[in-house]
Amino acid sequence: MTSIDSAGRDRTEPPKIRFDGIGKVFHGRGRSVTALQDINLDVAAGEFLVLVGPSGCGKSTLLDLLGGLAAPTSGRILVDGVPITGPGLDRGVVFQQYALLPWRTAQGNVEFGLEAKGVPRRERADRAREYLHLVGLSGFHDRYPHELSGGMKQRVAIARSLAFDPDILLMDEPFAALDAQTRDGLQDELLRIWQQTGKTIVFITHGIEEAVYLGQRVAVLTSRPGRLKEIVEIPIAGRTDTEDLRSDPEFTRYRHQIWSLLRDEVSRAQDQELARNRQEASVV
Amino acid sequence: MSSATTSSATIARPAALAANPEAPAPVATPPVVERPAAAARRWGSRAISVFTAVATRLVAIGLLAAGWELFPRLGLADATFLPPLSEVLVAWWQLAASGELTAHLQASLLRSLGGFGLAIVIAIPLGLVIGWYAPIANLLNPLLEVFRNTAALALLPVFVLILGLGETSKVAIILYACSWPILLNTVSGVRTVDPLLIKSARSLGLGPVRLFQKVVLPAAVPTIFTGIRLAGAYSILILIAAEMVGAKAGLGYLINYAQYNFAVPDMYAGIITISAIGLLVNQLLVHLERRFSTWRTQ
Ligand SMILES: Nc1ncnc2c1ncn2[C@@H]1O[C@H](COP(=O)(O)OP(=O)(O)O)[C@@H](O)[C@H]1O
Ligand SMILES: [Mg+2]
Repeated sequence: MTSIDSAGRDRTEPPKIRFDGIGKVFHGRGRSVTALQDINLDVAAGEFLVLVGPSGCGKSTLLDLLGGLAAPTSGRILVDGVPITGPGLDRGVVFQQYALLPWRTAQGNVEFGLEAKGVPRRERADRAREYLHLVGLSGFHDRYPHELSGGMKQRVAIARSLAFDPDILLMDEPFAALDAQTRDGLQDELLRIWQQTGKTIVFITHGIEEAVYLGQRVAVLTSRPGRLKEIVEIPIAGRTDTEDLRSDPEFTRYRHQIWSLLRDEVSRAQDQELARNRQEASVV
Repeated sequence: MSSATTSSATIARPAALAANPEAPAPVATPPVVERPAAAARRWGSRAISVFTAVATRLVAIGLLAAGWELFPRLGLADATFLPPLSEVLVAWWQLAASGELTAHLQASLLRSLGGFGLAIVIAIPLGLVIGWYAPIANLLNPLLEVFRNTAALALLPVFVLILGLGETSKVAIILYACSWPILLNTVSGVRTVDPLLIKSARSLGLGPVRLFQKVVLPAAVPTIFTGIRLAGAYSILILIAAEMVGAKAGLGYLINYAQYNFAVPDMYAGIITISAIGLLVNQLLVHLERRFSTWRTQ
């Protein structure tokens, strides 16, 4: 007996990723900050999930936990049913600031992940070329990061994360530092790569339009402490085929829905900030 | 470096990129055909600009040489204390021809390179360890500050007292003076590696050893080289002072001895040699440093 939910997803399939009661508290300088509280969320294999939330609500923290770079204070994260204990090559992380090794060429940077995986030297070079081609950078393999534009650097970073063939791609505001035109182009490329490779993608952004454009589902987090406020399904099919999807009435409706959800959180975050500043001012 | 950056516009761009342009589209290039006269003029003007650049640098040196030659000859300076440059060069040639200069040079270079080389071998690994282990760095930092701010030459008498007047104390004081810039730069090179690079490497599952080998060390190389270049300059500076105390050979000894015996042209010959060596060593190290840090060009 299978149960099919409203979005047509088979819920009896075990989730690729399961956040199970995740909480994270930072201790430092005499006070503690609760960054995340009681996050429960499943991500299906091959899903494109987008996380949005006001700045400082714990999005990056959540991704660090999923990447195994930090441990949760409470709860656990399961990948394929197995709890995460540290970083692993089943998950690839793409950072906003590219994180390329400046002394290595584009090719060398893509090979870096393959070295970590222990791929033999000759195969590394071939695979690096292949993935640079996938992200549209054939012919740029011998460029150093300082010789590449921001968008090209992020392409290299994406190629690096794809090359060692992780099941899951974690992306923390990867296009936030890029200009609008470059961003639009890379969004389409990412969708193409996703469709082509079938990766599970968890994508963080603070851009509402980006969230609706990319995500099959958009998870909205509350302001600090970050909790799951709502998950919005975006059942738009054939995104890259639709011309000017962004001005489609359906698209606009979803954008408005997420905008409304976020507006309350952003103003709440600002109130909190003001209250805290006032409190600190009165203590001094 | 800029030539490498701009050249990207001339390379055929892959289709995927052309579909969503992000690098500025190449500006319509002017027709490639160029009339020979124009090309020759262009070439001529480049030759002139190179020539001017070299000439500008030589002008000051030339003026100094001319002044050195003329002032004593015109009686504007006492020729006993400042003989004309030509006399100094003659003295230099005689010293070189007799083999005396080579002997002094050899003694000096052995001490300098000995101390400098040992400093590299000792200070880089030490600095890597100190930089990598934050608790050690925090513990040693005040100590490093104290020693760093104590002029090495102030300690020369201590070295002589403990190690005697022989080679050991000379090499030791050079080793000591050269170690600080290398050590401090290595420590700071390791400690200032971009944390995002470390985070990213950790996310790839790199253990501490490989993280150090593949990320921290290469990132620190340019900073370490800056330290090595500084140490190179120190090794010459300290050498001369050390050789003025109880040495029987070396350029510092030559200068001091010549002054003592009133062989003034010989004294200047020694000084010229030292400054030439300093210049050479520095140029060499600057060149090496640049080679190892091209990627830092932003
Ligand atoms: N290492 C840390 N130590 C202390 N506080 C932290 C640390 N990392 C993040 N925080 C705090 O946790 C909250 C969430 O941060 P982050 O996950 O970076 O937010 P976001 O990515 O959503 O903007 C912020 O208030 C931040 O100050
Ligand atoms: Mg963030």
